[in-house]
Amino acid sequence: MTEHLPPPPATGCRATPVLKERGQREVFCGLTGIIWLHRKMQDAFFLVVGSRTCAHLLQSAAGVMIFAEPRFATAILEESDLAGLNDAHAELDRTVSELLARRPDIRQLFLVGSCPSEVIKLDLARAAERLTVEHAPRVRVLNYSGSGIETTFTQGEDACLAAMVPVLPETQADELLVVGALPDVVEDQMLGLLDAMGIGPVRLLPARHVDADTAVGPNTRFALVQPFLGDTHAALTRRGATHIPAPFPFGEEGTTAWLAAVARAFGVDAETFARVTEAPRARARKAIAQAAETLRAKSVFFFPDSQLEIPLARFLARECGMEPIEVGSPYIHDALHGPDLDLLPAGPAISEGQDVDKQLDRCRAAAPDLTVCGLGLANPLEAEGLSTKWAIELVFTPVHFYEQAGDLAALFARSLKRRAILQAATT
Amino acid sequence: MKLTVWTYEGPPHVGAIRVATAMKGLHYVLHAPQGDTYADLLFTMIERRDHRPPVTYTTFQARDLGSDTASLFRTACQDAYDRFEPEAIIVGASCTAELIQDDPGGLAETMGLPVPVIPLELPSYQRKEAFGADETFYRIVRALAQPCEKTARVSCNILGGTALGFRHRDDIAEITNLLYELGIEVNVCAPLGATPADIARMGAAHFNVLLYPETGETAARHLERAFDQPYTKTVPIGTNATRAFVEEVRALSGSTAPLDDRSLRQTWWTRSVDSTYLTGKRVFIFGDATHAMAMAKVARDEMGFEVAGLGCYNREFARPLRALAKEMGVEPLITDDYLEVERAIEAAQPEMILGTQMERHIGKRLGIPCAVISAPVHVQDFPARYSPVMGFEGANVLFDTLVHPLVMGLEEHLLHMFREDFEFHDAAGPSHHGGHAPKPVEAPATEEAPAATGEVVWLHDAERELKKIPFFVRGKARRNTETFAMGQGLTEISIDTLYEAKAHYAR
Ligand code: SF4
Repeated sequence: MTEHLPPPPATGCRATPVLKERGQREVFCGLTGIIWLHRKMQDAFFLVVGSRTCAHLLQSAAGVMIFAEPRFATAILEESDLAGLNDAHAELDRTVSELLARRPDIRQLFLVGSCPSEVIKLDLARAAERLTVEHAPRVRVLNYSGSGIETTFTQGEDACLAAMVPVLPETQADELLVVGALPDVVEDQMLGLLDAMGIGPVRLLPARHVDADTAVGPNTRFALVQPFLGDTHAALTRRGATHIPAPFPFGEEGTTAWLAAVARAFGVDAETFARVTEAPRARARKAIAQAAETLRAKSVFFFPDSQLEIPLARFLARECGMEPIEVGSPYIHDALHGPDLDLLPAGPAISEGQDVDKQLDRCRAAAPDLTVCGLGLANPLEAEGLSTKWAIELVFTPVHFYEQAGDLAALFARSLKRRAILQAATT
Repeated sequence: MKLTVWTYEGPPHVGAIRVATAMKGLHYVLHAPQGDTYADLLFTMIERRDHRPPVTYTTFQARDLGSDTASLFRTACQDAYDRFEPEAIIVGASCTAELIQDDPGGLAETMGLPVPVIPLELPSYQRKEAFGADETFYRIVRALAQPCEKTARVSCNILGGTALGFRHRDDIAEITNLLYELGIEVNVCAPLGATPADIARMGAAHFNVLLYPETGETAARHLERAFDQPYTKTVPIGTNATRAFVEEVRALSGSTAPLDDRSLRQTWWTRSVDSTYLTGKRVFIFGDATHAMAMAKVARDEMGFEVAGLGCYNREFARPLRALAKEMGVEPLITDDYLEVERAIEAAQPEMILGTQMERHIGKRLGIPCAVISAPVHVQDFPARYSPVMGFEGANVLFDTLVHPLVMGLEEHLLHMFREDFEFHDAAGPSHHGGHAPKPVEAPATEEAPAATGEVVWLHDAERELKKIPFFVRGKARRNTETFAMGQGLTEISIDTLYEAKAHYAR
């Protein structure tokens, strides 16, 4: 059922030796995931137990977004909390009661660990257990770490979902579980496609509400829609579920390959698959083609940021005709990124981790047509004459599955188009 | 533990980054985990800086803890020196590094770097961003400023400007020009634009101009003690304060040069009859203490507004603000809790807010227009055009800033006269704003049936009458009427109650 796809490259990047870097990193910590997770889970509240820095990070990362009272906050540790852990626990209990009294709509509370709470060894697992008992049955309290000493940017979502796995109800049903937070509109499209193929019921993690029927067991088969869910993958495997390996659903090819892997696992026949996917595939190809005109034969350099880099490089190389020079990722998991690495034609350097100044040197030397990087680097590189695309937009924009494939290509094309427009106007 | 949704100030090391980023030839080696590098985007995105802040973050991880975070710091420090070759280095710890107690200052001192290394002690669990900036600037000045001969011509330093400051770039240009007209040269402007070598010769100035007490006062005090340099106490925001500032500068410098104030339009603009509608507009003012106090004086004395609330988020400067609030007959609001500010504004029902980016959001929620007059600010508050808030041009800018959010005089009258015109109504907002007018968020219940607020019930007719009142005064009318009704022991509000209350509160 993958006959319309171009054949995989003779040599992909899976065997390319990885340049492992350990130096100064320029990335967010896992707390950042709260910005999209709190919108996805509508009855959940995220309480970071951290410092003023953590609160300021959340505010700066969310600064351009909706500013009503959000479903997240920081319990800022003060001098007195550092003095004694018992007192800190008592303070935490008081803070949580205060919070839950103000937000009666909250059904799940995540206590999110930070660097300071980890370093002083404030045991949030113990606190979550105690608070679950205290606030049962109205509120379930879980904990995970979003600290910068342990998590990089999107790993925060991974840690959050992995924390939810042990408390999911047990099931014997032979069901598909789709794992990873997607914008609601994209999630609905995906469910529509799966339903048309006769796959269902489909369970989701994270679900939009706490009492959704997401369950897991030995007959569960799960597919990941985000490439940064290594710990969640491990936690689900521990519960007996089976992973359906696949490239990630970015672009027409990625989406088709992802759906095909799921369809194969659930015994969907080729005819049904073709009937369901034909029209959206054609639409996606057409939409990509427009943006690809701008992107074709242009070089691209990825700084490590969200772990989306490898699947996106595959998309840009195979569907938009771009030439990746370096593909940096904070972490590379073979089980997750392997299928995309197989499809990414050999050529680019693959790097894991970061030494930001050295990487900047490599980037400047390569002078790529487009550089994908974090917010701290984008304007300085633009000022040096490079075109950039800030990576965080790729996490905050609907980019998965067929109907967004054109938008995804356009996000990259826009930077190049803009530069061309402004240059044309000044010459 | 303090439950916090949004914060007015970052941690103290962000203050230090603001100083380092403002300067040239200085590098900051910060012992911190990777996530703390978010601070870079404040400068590269919000302020649109075209260079990375001169900061090396050690980005230690969990696996480094307990073993070699100290050597990680040394390596980062050495690499930073080799790569950037700064004239001086400041070193310090973020909140997490403070807990692991590696003592960055001590480590760096033993490295024998050929440039001055200035250790910073910024207590992350007690203090905040402005303190961090003030303290860092003071430490730099104390370490680098040398005794030197005074300049032959009378000169001054300008103190306190930092990166990410509210209009610092333009304020400094405006005041530099004003000083020049008075025949006074600027010896050094710092931190903004200064190198460590510049700091070394700060002692050559005859006096100091302190524009931003929040970030420069400790340095100003030190310079006064060390080099006998008095400093100015007036912050020249508004026409009156600018004139007072000029007098202060004349006294310190002996300058008698005439001052050309022909560019000052604000005084005529406020007296022109078109502006009479501004009279008695109730404004709520919140920000850093310096800007809040200055704006309160401008609002009352130069714009003819009524100050309905005044507060600041920095406790360090609460005392003078309390005094001013008392003089203005309002309760001072000293808090860094954004929800508390929101409650206070909701209770005061002002016609306009002068605040920070937070108050802009509060205003949006409550349907109250807002002008931003203080840090912290968003990207849209770093304008491309020249727009100081200090000096005479600053007074002009303030007139525009404080008038722009409001519905203009004649339009306001028309809205009162023809209340139910389907095309010309208050919810569309001021017509000079196009689609960007603040839209009030009203509880849906009040749109439908007579609603109970507190103990009094609005009768249907009264509720309809209330809705004919333009939204920018509707909240106040609702509140006043309810207070009035409760005072009279009424349980229902009729149209008569509404107008009796209006007469009662007539100003
Ligand atoms: S890196 Fe650590 S201290 Fe910094 S914001 Fe993230 S969790 Fe907080």
